[in-house]
Order: sequence, then structure tokens, then C-alpha cells
Amino acid sequence: MSMDHDQIRELLHAYVDGEIDLVNAREIEQHLQSCQDCHGIEQQIRALREALMSDALAHRAPAHLRRRVRAALRREAKSTHHVFSPWLIFATGAACALLILAAAFFQIARVSRSTIVDQVVANHVRSLLAGHLVDVASSEQHTVKPWFEGKIDFAPDVDDLSVDGFPLVGGRLDYLDGKNVVALVYQRNKHPINLFISPATVRDTSPSLITRRGYNIFHWTRGEMEYWAVSDLNPTELREFTALLAR
Amino acid sequence: MFQLTERTRLTEFERQVLPHLDAAYNLARFLLRNDRDAEDVVQEAALRAFRFFESFRGENSRAWFLSIVRNTSFTVLKSNRMDESSVVFDEELHGAQIPPMDAGVALDRARDRQTVRAAIEQLPPEFREAITLRELEGFSYKEIADVAGVPIGTVMSRLARARRQLQMILSKTYLETR
Repeated sequence: MSMDHDQIRELLHAYVDGEIDLVNAREIEQHLQSCQDCHGIEQQIRALREALMSDALAHRAPAHLRRRVRAALRREAKSTHHVFSPWLIFATGAACALLILAAAFFQIARVSRSTIVDQVVANHVRSLLAGHLVDVASSEQHTVKPWFEGKIDFAPDVDDLSVDGFPLVGGRLDYLDGKNVVALVYQRNKHPINLFISPATVRDTSPSLITRRGYNIFHWTRGEMEYWAVSDLNPTELREFTALLAR
Repeated sequence: MFQLTERTRLTEFERQVLPHLDAAYNLARFLLRNDRDAEDVVQEAALRAFRFFESFRGENSRAWFLSIVRNTSFTVLKSNRMDESSVVFDEELHGAQIPPMDAGVALDRARDRQTVRAAIEQLPPEFREAITLRELEGFSYKEIADVAGVPIGTVMSRLARARRQLQMILSKTYLETR
């Protein structure tokens, strides 16, 4: 168990609210089965939530307020004086749109290996923050491999490396370099590892280490698949992980 | 031509924002704890939102409008702080929570609702806000963070503390009344 009791207790609310990431949710579930105290608190939170939901507690806007607001808005709209002519507004809008388009175009043109590395790190960090699951892959968590069927047009190998000390925690759909990619989540002691897999566009390469913002990243291509492994785990153990996948 | 643009703007605003009037009133009502102030704040916030409608970037009109309602409410709350009436109001509320009734008689639904509402109103404003948005309006942590203008971590700890306090208030109230 890598999180201690107090840390778990801290995250219980986010867990009950479904706002927790995959790695932590799994750990909390396991903790709740063995810890009576935390289980009791979880039940209390759920009971309170039920009490708050069970009745029409919310105040609803009275009809006269709705009328009042609409009338006030109408008055406001009438009294608004435009300094600009509609033509000028249109022209300004068009100019802004052009600028935005140009900026977007440059952004796309600039995507290179280095920005992909940034995306890999950003995806990893985001996956560890609360609310990620709800954000991306909805909250369905069946077994990992069949879960991806119908969501992507390739079939990645999903290996559980528990016996080697890298247990598989789960998977989700993520987005990298403009494509949907498979993200498998592994864990080494306290360190989650995100493994991003997508069809390769280049021939096989061996894992090379990149360091960015304190994270270690290995990138390689093998068997028509491109892999990015990212973690705060040390490079030695992360390289061991990549070697296990290449077996 | 002018009339038309202004009317289009108003129509678009009403389409985007008016569906959230209930949520807006609910938040203002729990923050300000009385009908009149809540109604004034919602109207004021709607006008402000309309004036700044151009600054709305079109992603989440509910969170955008409620952040304006929230800020307007807190401005009113701050200006009322000197006012003794809020304290008096608190005490009235507290008295109203302990209705004279026979022991063993179950609280009816309406009174239960009053009890829970009054319990929420005893929380500090930031906690009232977190509970209202999360439990009554079903906002995500991210949306609450956007409305309150604080990091998600702060939302998480506020909600945890708010629930703990609410549990204490409610169990105390039920012990007194049952």
C-alpha cells in the first residue's frame, strides 16, 4: 500500500464524487476493504450525499424574478448605444478570425518531436489529477483490452507485468499528436507509469531516454507500434520496464 | 439594422444564460440567506453578464454566469458584514431549527427540508457555495473551481470540510429534535 491512511482519508471525498484518477481510485478501493475506519467515513459521506439529494432542497427562481430579469435585460438592450457600426464590428470580427486561423496554422506547423514530448508529459500529469477519468474516457472500467475495441482502429498488446513488479492498473483513451492513442497505466511502487501506444509511421527504433520537467520518458517503435513510456520513476527502472515490454 | 443586432445579441444571451437562472438563484439564495437579496443579486448579475457577454468565450455558460452571480453575492455579503441583521437572522434561524414537537414523531418531508437548508445556511459562505454547487447543482470540481476562482485542490478540501461540518450540525439538530 503506497498511500498512507491519512492520505487516503484526504482523498475519500474526491473518490465518492468520482473525481479521482484510476491509480488512486484502485488503491482507495483496496484500502476500504481492509480499513473499517475509512469504510465508515465513506458510508457517512454517501449517507450525507443521499440526504442532500433525496429532497427538493434547491431554491428555484420564482416566476416573478424570471419576468423581472427579462424586463431588465430588455431595457438594458434598448438603452445600449453602439459606438461602432455593424460593418465595423463585422470587419473586426473577420480580422480576428483571420488572426486566430493564422495562429492555429502556425501552431500545427510547429508540432515537432519536442512538442510531442511536452504533450506526453502533459498527458501524464493530467492523468494524475482529479477529474481526469470523467474528462476523457467516461467512467467505464471493464477489463482493459476489450474496453478499447471499437474505440480505436488498432489492437495493442496489453501485458500485465505484475510478476516483474510492474502491475497493470488500467487503461484509457488519450489524445496525442492529433490522434487517439491507447494509454495503459502501470505502477512501480508509488510511481504510476503511462504507456502511450499508437500505430507507428517509422520503422523500429530502440528505446531512447528523454528528460523533461523532471519526468523520464522513453520513446521507441516496435512491430508497427510507437510507444511512449513516461513516469517520475528513475531511468534505470523505467528502462527495465521498456525491456520487459520488448520481450 | 442597429435594433436587429441588439435584439440578436439579447436573444442569444437569453438562450445561453436564462436556462441557468434556477441554479443562479439557488446559489445566491444559499449565499445571502434571504429571498430579497438573492433576487436583487440575480438581476444585477444578469445585467452585468449581458454587458460583458462579449467576454464569454462560449465554453460553459453555466459556470461563466454563476461566477458572476457568485462575485456579486460576495460583494453584497461583504458590505453586509458590518450589519447586525445577519447575526440576528442567524439566531432566528437557529431558533427555528428546534421546533416544539412530540418525541418519536418523524419529521415530515417539508420540515426535513427546512432542517437541512438551515444546516447548510450555518456554514461559512465558501462552504455553502461548495455544497450548493456540488450536491444541489451537480457541478464537477472543475466547474466549482471555475465559479469560485480557486484551484481544484481548494475545492476538494472545502468540500471535505463543509461535509464534515454539515454532518456535525445535522446530527446535533436531529439529537435535539428527536
